[in-house]
Amino acid sequence: MSDYNFAYLDEQTKRMIRRAILKGVAVPGYQVPFASREMPMPYGWGTGGVQVTAACLTPGDTLKVIDQGADDTTNAVSIRKFFQRTAGVAVTESTAAATIIQTRHRIPETPLTEGQILVYQVPIPEPLRFLEPRETETRRMHALEDYGLMHVKLYEDIARNGAIATSYAYPVKVEGRYVMDPSPIPKFDNPKLSGSRALQVFGAGREQRIYAVPPYTDVVSLDFEDHPFEASKAPHACDLCGDDASYLDEVITDDSGGRMFVCSDTDHCAGRQAAGHRGRLSPQEDAA
Amino acid sequence: MTDTTLSPGAMAGGFADAPTQSAEGFRAILLALSRPGQIVSLTGAVPPAPMPVAAGVAALVLLDNTTPVHLAGALDCAAVRDWITFHTAAPLVCASEAVFAFGRWSDLAPVSRFAIGTPDYPDRAATLVVVTDRLDDAGATLRGPGIDGAARLSLPEIAAFRANRALFPLGFDTLLTCGDRLAGLPRSTRVEAA
Amino acid sequence: MYVAVKGGERAIDNAHAFLAEERRGDPAIPELTVAQIRAQMALAVNRVMAEGSLYDPDLAALAIKQSRGDLIEAIFLIRAYRTTLPRLGCSRPIDTGRMAAVRRVSATYKDLPGGQVLGPTFDYTHRLIDFALAAEGTAAQAPLASAPLGPVPRVTGFLDREGLIEDEPASEATPRDLTREPMELPADRALRLQALTRGDEGFILSLAYSSQRGYGRTHPFVGELRIGEVAVELDIPELGFAVEIGAITVTECETVNQFTGSRTQPPQFTRGYGLVFGQTERKAISMSLVDRALRWDELGEDNTGAPVQDQEFVLMHADNIQATGFLEHIKLPHYVDFQSELELVRRLRAGQQGAAE
Repeated sequence: MSDYNFAYLDEQTKRMIRRAILKGVAVPGYQVPFASREMPMPYGWGTGGVQVTAACLTPGDTLKVIDQGADDTTNAVSIRKFFQRTAGVAVTESTAAATIIQTRHRIPETPLTEGQILVYQVPIPEPLRFLEPRETETRRMHALEDYGLMHVKLYEDIARNGAIATSYAYPVKVEGRYVMDPSPIPKFDNPKLSGSRALQVFGAGREQRIYAVPPYTDVVSLDFEDHPFEASKAPHACDLCGDDASYLDEVITDDSGGRMFVCSDTDHCAGRQAAGHRGRLSPQEDAA
Repeated sequence: MTDTTLSPGAMAGGFADAPTQSAEGFRAILLALSRPGQIVSLTGAVPPAPMPVAAGVAALVLLDNTTPVHLAGALDCAAVRDWITFHTAAPLVCASEAVFAFGRWSDLAPVSRFAIGTPDYPDRAATLVVVTDRLDDAGATLRGPGIDGAARLSLPEIAAFRANRALFPLGFDTLLTCGDRLAGLPRSTRVEAA
Repeated sequence: MYVAVKGGERAIDNAHAFLAEERRGDPAIPELTVAQIRAQMALAVNRVMAEGSLYDPDLAALAIKQSRGDLIEAIFLIRAYRTTLPRLGCSRPIDTGRMAAVRRVSATYKDLPGGQVLGPTFDYTHRLIDFALAAEGTAAQAPLASAPLGPVPRVTGFLDREGLIEDEPASEATPRDLTREPMELPADRALRLQALTRGDEGFILSLAYSSQRGYGRTHPFVGELRIGEVAVELDIPELGFAVEIGAITVTECETVNQFTGSRTQPPQFTRGYGLVFGQTERKAISMSLVDRALRWDELGEDNTGAPVQDQEFVLMHADNIQATGFLEHIKLPHYVDFQSELELVRRLRAGQQGAAE
C-alpha cells in the first residue's frame, strides 16, 4: 500500500493533529478544536479516533482495536485492517501486548500500563450538548466553569427516578476544572479513567475536537454527597469464564427467556478461559 | 524554494525519512509532555548551531507554514532562521504572535510576552522550546497531571512557572531541551522549589 | 450452544463481494460507462461535484457508478479522495461577470442588456413522461443561436449605479478555508457561503422554502440567475502574471431583497448570493435565500427564531456527509451502552416495586 503516506494522512495533516493532541495533554479535559479531515470511512464510525491513532502511530507500534470491548466486531476489524494496510504496523488482540489501543465504548478490563496510549472514538465530545445544543453557549460555560446546568440535570434525575439516570457517557470532572464526556463507555468503566498509567486521548472527527487525560490525572465522576456515583454492572458472573467483576454483554439464547451473560472484553475472557477459569455455560471438556 | 540568499547548509540536516522520523519524534515529545519530569531523547535532525538537536527535531515535527515562530537571542541568527524557513516554512514573527518560540530562557524573558490562550480557547497559547545547559531529574519538584506523586526536574527558574500555573487553564507550555534530550512542562504542572 | 461471533473479516469481505455483484447487476445488460454517466446524467454529476467540493466530472461520474447511483455515497467518495490531494496553488477569484453564459434570466426586469436567455432548462417542459426515450431514440437537435452570448452586465450592477442596492466592497483578504480549519462560530459570510455551497441540496432547499413561507422571510426576487463557463486563472510567481489553467461551469444566483433602511442607511435593496459548481440552479437559488436570511444581524433585522436565521443550526447541519455518517452509525453495535441502560432500568423498576410493597 505505497499509494498513501504512512498511516494514510499527509504529513501536514498529522502535524496539525499532533499539535492539537499536545494542547489537549497540556489542558486535560479541554476540547481542542482541530481541522478534522474527511476519512475514507463514515463520520460517526471512528474518524476522530482513526485520525488520532494515525497521528500517534510509529512503525514500531503494536495496535489493538476494539469495539464494544471486542476485537472481532466488524468495525474494529475494519479499522484494524485499515492501519495494517496503510501503516503496516503489528496488530494484536492482547491488551498487555498493545502499545496503542483504539476503542469504541469500553476501557479494557486489564489495567493499562505506562507508555500505552488509549485512543477513544467520540461521537459527541461536548458533555453539555444535550442540555444546551449551542456550541457558542457551551463554550462560554466551560470558559466560566459554569456547570450548574449539569448539576441541575443530574439532580432532576434523582428527583424523578431516585437515582442518576445516566448509565453511559457519564460526565466527569478532570483535575477539578473541565467537565468532560468520557465517550459512551458504560459508567462501570469510569473509575478506570482516573489515575490511569496510560495516556488517554479522545478524538471526535465530525465534531472536530480532540481532548486528553494524561496518566496519573484526577478524574471524578459527577455526583452528590447523598447520591454518590456507583459503577454498576449486571449482577451476574460471566457464563464462559466465571468472572463476577467484569462488564458483561447480555445474549438472548432462545425465544423463551433464555439468556446468558458473557464478558464484553473478549481478550480478558479468553485469557481467563485459557488460564482454566470456567463459567456456568462453559463447554464441557471432552472426557479423555 | 528558489531563494538564493539562504545560508549555506540551510538545506541540510532535515529528516531523511520524514513520515517515520516525524512520527517517532512526536511520540517522544508526547511522552515528555504527558509525563512531566521524564526526559526523552530526540535525534534525526541536525540543526545549525546554536540550536540543540532536540529543539531541531521538535521544530521539524511541529512547525509548518501555519505556525508562526519566534527565535530569541542567539537562535535568531541567519543560519537557524534559514534552516527553519527551508525545512518548515514557518513564518518568523515577534514574541506576542508566536505559536512556538525557541531560545534560551533568559532570551525568552519576559515570558509574559507570549500568548496564553483565551478563556474560550485556552489552546491558542504558545509553546516555548527552551535551550538549556543542563537537563536532569534534579531540582524543582513537579506535581500534577502526568506525574505519579512527584517528579524532579532542573528548571531555569521557578517563579515564572508558578505564575504560569496560576493562570490555568490559560498559560504557555514548555519543552526544555539540552543536546538531544527534551523534557516537557505543560501549564498544568505545579512547581515547587526543591 | 452460544459461540461468540467470529469471522468479522470474512463477513466483511463477503459483503463487499456481494455488493460488487449487485452493483453490476444483470451481466446480460451492457455495463454503464463513465462517459455515459458523465454525458447523460450530467445534473447528477454536477450535484456530486458541488457537494463533493471537487470539480472533476469524470471522477464524479465514476463515483456515481461505484455508488450505484446513491449520490450522497458518491459525494462521500469524492470528499474522501479530495482530502488526500495536495494543494498546488490557489486560483484567482473567478470572474462571473465574464461568464460565457448558456442561461441567463432575471425576474426583476422584463428586458435588459444581454436579454433573457432560457438555455437548457426544464422550466417550461410539461412534466409528461416521454415514452419515446424508452426506445433508442435519435438525438434531438436544438437550433443554434446566431452568435454565442458574450459577457453580459449584471442586474445588481444596474441597481448599484443608482445606489439602490447595498454596497458590496471588494476585498483582497484570503477567506478562511472550511476544509482546513475547524469551524468557529459565529462564522463570517465567506465561511457561511462555503458551507452552503457544499451543503446538502435538500437541506438548503427546505431551509430556503421555509423562509419563503414566513419562517425568517426576506422577500427575495431573483435579480439574476446565470449559468455558464468561467475561466480559472492561477498566478504564477515565476512568470509574474496569471495563466488560465482551465474553465469550469458554475451557476450563480443573485437575489434582490427588500430592506427598509436604518438610522445610518437609507431604504435600499440588499443581496443574497449563491454560487455552485455545475448547472445546479435549484441549489444556487436556495443558497442565495439562505445566505440572505443568515444576514439578519448585520442588517439590523429581527431574529424571529426561524431555523434559517440560526447560523449555528444551519452550518452545523448542512453537510450531508457528516449527517449521514452520524445518522447511520447508530446501526453499529451499541450493546455495551444498551446493556448499561437495561441494567439501570431494571434496577430503577426493582427500586420502585420495592417501594410499593
